[in-house]
Amino acid sequence: MRILLALFLLCFAAAAVGHKPSDSYLTLERDGTAVRGQWDIALRDLDTAITLDGNGDGEITWGEVRAKDKAIRDYALSRLNLATSGATCPLSASEARIDSHSDGAYAVLALRATCPRADGLLAVDYRLLFDVDPTHRGLLRYVEGARSSSVIFGAAAPLQTLGAGTRWQQLAAYVDEGVWHIGLGFDHILFLLSLLLPAVLSRRGGVWRPAESFRAAFWDVARIVTAFTVAHSITLTLAALEIVALPSRWVESAIALSVVLAAINNVFPLVSHGRWLAAFAFGLIHGFGFAGALRDLGLPSGSLALSLFGFNVGVELGQLAIVAVFLPAAFQLRGTWAYRRVVLTGGSALIATVAGIWLVERVFNVAILPAIA
Amino acid sequence: MNRCGVIGALALAILVAGPAMAKPYTPTDDSIVLERLPEKTDPRLRDVKRLRAALDRNPGDLALAARLARRAIEAARETGDPRFLGQAQAALAPWWSLAEPPSQALLLRATIRQSAHDFPGALADLDRLLARQPPDGQALLTRATVLTVRGRYAEARADCARVARLAVPLVAIACDAGPASLSGEAASAYGALRSALAASRGNPDLVEWGETLAGEIAARRGEAAGAEAHFRAALALDPRDAYLLAAYADFLLDRNRPGEVVPLVKDYVRNDSLLLRLALAEAQLPDAREAFSAHRADLEDRFAAARRRRDSLHRREEARFVLEIGRDPREALKLARENWAVQRESADLRILAASARAAGDADVLREVREWSRRNALEDSTLAAVMGTP
Repeated sequence: MRILLALFLLCFAAAAVGHKPSDSYLTLERDGTAVRGQWDIALRDLDTAITLDGNGDGEITWGEVRAKDKAIRDYALSRLNLATSGATCPLSASEARIDSHSDGAYAVLALRATCPRADGLLAVDYRLLFDVDPTHRGLLRYVEGARSSSVIFGAAAPLQTLGAGTRWQQLAAYVDEGVWHIGLGFDHILFLLSLLLPAVLSRRGGVWRPAESFRAAFWDVARIVTAFTVAHSITLTLAALEIVALPSRWVESAIALSVVLAAINNVFPLVSHGRWLAAFAFGLIHGFGFAGALRDLGLPSGSLALSLFGFNVGVELGQLAIVAVFLPAAFQLRGTWAYRRVVLTGGSALIATVAGIWLVERVFNVAILPAIA
Repeated sequence: MNRCGVIGALALAILVAGPAMAKPYTPTDDSIVLERLPEKTDPRLRDVKRLRAALDRNPGDLALAARLARRAIEAARETGDPRFLGQAQAALAPWWSLAEPPSQALLLRATIRQSAHDFPGALADLDRLLARQPPDGQALLTRATVLTVRGRYAEARADCARVARLAVPLVAIACDAGPASLSGEAASAYGALRSALAASRGNPDLVEWGETLAGEIAARRGEAAGAEAHFRAALALDPRDAYLLAAYADFLLDRNRPGEVVPLVKDYVRNDSLLLRLALAEAQLPDAREAFSAHRADLEDRFAAARRRRDSLHRREEARFVLEIGRDPREALKLARENWAVQRESADLRILAASARAAGDADVLREVREWSRRNALEDSTLAAVMGTP
C-alpha cells in the first residue's frame, strides 16, 4: 500500500493536468444606480457545491436543475456582494437558464442590483466555490459607459474594486471615496468639531474669552487639523499595508471614547492648551478606523500606494471643507453668549452624549441609536 | 502563421464555434440530460463525493481529510480534471496555511503544489518533511521527481539512492532511471530498468509506470522497436492512462504514424494534451480536414480561456500548438522560454529547441546545446530537431 501510494505520487508529477479548470463567467454593466449582469456557472461546479444530481446517476437533467432552481439562486447570491461606499447593493437573480460552453453546460442567471450611489467605486466581493475548490476563478467583464475591463477573482483576491479606468481616474475615484467617507463618518466629524469649537476662543483665568485675532484662531485650527492628519495618515498607512492590525471593535470603541473625551473637555476643561497633542494621539486611533473603511472598499493590489494616497487626500479635503465652513462662522459668533453657552457647552454635551451611546453600543455590540448612513 | 493569421483563425474559430456559444435557453423537456458528471464513466469517483460528505460532518478529522485529498488527487490524475486538485486542497484547508502542518498534510500539500507547477513551494514542503524523522519514502520519491522536472539530476539521484533502502527494487530503480537517463547514463539506466521489469511480478500500476518510463527512455535513445514494445506492454495494463497515451502518441507522431494516433486518443477530447495530439495527427491526414478544424478551434478556445484566467499550466502544450499548428515561431519561442523557466523535462527542452530553430534564434539554440552538453543528454528526438546527428 505504501509503495502503491508512492507510485501514484511519482507518476502524477509528470502527468499533465489537461482539463479546463473551474471558472465562472460574470458580466456586470453599471448604469447609474442600476447594475445588470449575467452569471454563467458550470453545472458541474454547482453539483459540487449543492448537489444537483438528485438521483445520483451521474447525469444532470433539466428537471434536476429546475428542482434546485431556488437553491442555485440562493447559493449564487450568497456568494456575491456588490457595494458602493461600503453600502450593499441589494441583488436579485432570475430563474436559471442554460448555455453550453466549450467544456460543458452552464447555468445562466440574469442579475439585477440597485446601488445606493450612482457614482463612485463599485466593490465586488466574490466568494463562489472557493471553500470547495480554491482553484476556482471568477472571470468578470465589467462595463460602465463606454469603458469595459476584465477582472479575475481568486481565493486570494475575492474583493475587487471597479469603476476606475486610468490611474488618474483611479486616483480621483479614491479621493472621492475619502471625501465621501469623512462626510459619512460622523464620529470623525464630531471628534474634529469637538477640538475645533474652542479654537475661536481662548481660556484665561477659568473663563472662555473670544480669540483676539482671526490669525490666532486660524493657527490654532491649522495646528489641530495638521496633527490629526499626520497621526491618522501614519496609522492608516500601517494598517493598509498590514504592518499593524487591530480588532475593529476595539478601534471603533476607542474612536467613540476619543469623541466623548474631546467633548467633555469642552464642558469641564482640563486641557485648554496643546489640544493639538490630543488631536495627534487620538488621530492615531482614527487612522485605524479609516483603514477599515478603505478595506471595505477593496484595495486593488496593483496600485495600493495610489489608492491609499488618493483616499488620504480625499479625507483631508473633506476635513478642509468642514474647517472652511466652520471657521468663518465660528469666528463671527465667537463673542456671543450663544456661542459659548449653546454651541460650545451645549453642543459638546450633546456630542458627548451621542458618542457615549456609540461607546456603549460598540463595546457591548448592541444597537441603541437608529443607524445613520 | 503570423499574428494576424492567428487572430483570423481565432475569429474563424469563434464563428465556427458559434452554435456552441449560443444564447442562453430554457430547455423544454425535464428529461433532457445537460451534463454528464465524471462519475458517470467511472463510478469509483463517487468516493470523492462520499468522502466530502463525511468530512463535512467531521471537519477537522485529519485522517479523513487526508483520505479525501489522496482520493481526489488520484481522481485528478485519472481524469486530468484540475477541479479534483482544488477539492483536495479544500479538504486540507485547516492545515493548508500552517507553517508546520502534520506530516500527512505536508506531503499532500507538496503533491498538490507540484501538480499546480509550484515547484519551489513543493520542494520547500518536501525539505521540511524530510527534515523530520524517520525519513519518508514517499517524500523522497516525490522530491526526486520534482528535482528531475527542475533539471537537478544529481540531487534527484541522491534521493533515489535513499529510496532504495525503503522500497522494493523496481521503485528505486525506476526512480533513478529518469534522472540517470537524462544525465549521461541512459544505457545503464535503461538496462537496469529492463532487468527490474523482467524480474518484477509486482502490482500492475507499478509495472505500467516502469514500462512507460522504459518506453520513453528507449524512444530518446532511438530504439523504436524497444520503445514500441514497452508502450504496448504499458497500454495492456492501463489503456486509459492519460500520461501514457500522450507519451505513446508523441512517439507515433515522431515516427510519422498519425493514422494510429487518432484511434488512440479520439475518445479523450476533454483532455487538452490529448486533444492537441489528436489535432497534430489530424493535421497530417487529408481525410481528417473537418475534424482538424473543429479540434483546432476547440484548442484555440481552451488556450484563450486559460490565458483569460492567467493560467500558465499549459505553456508547453500551447507553445507546441502555436508552433506546429499556428506556425508562429516567435510566439512559440516566447511561450517555450517561459515554460523552460519553470519545467525542464526533455519535452520542454525539445519545444524550446524547435521554436528557437524555427524562429532562427541562435542564442537560445546555443543555450540548448550548452544544456545538453553539460548534462551529457542523449536524446535522438532532440538531435533531430537541432539538425545534428
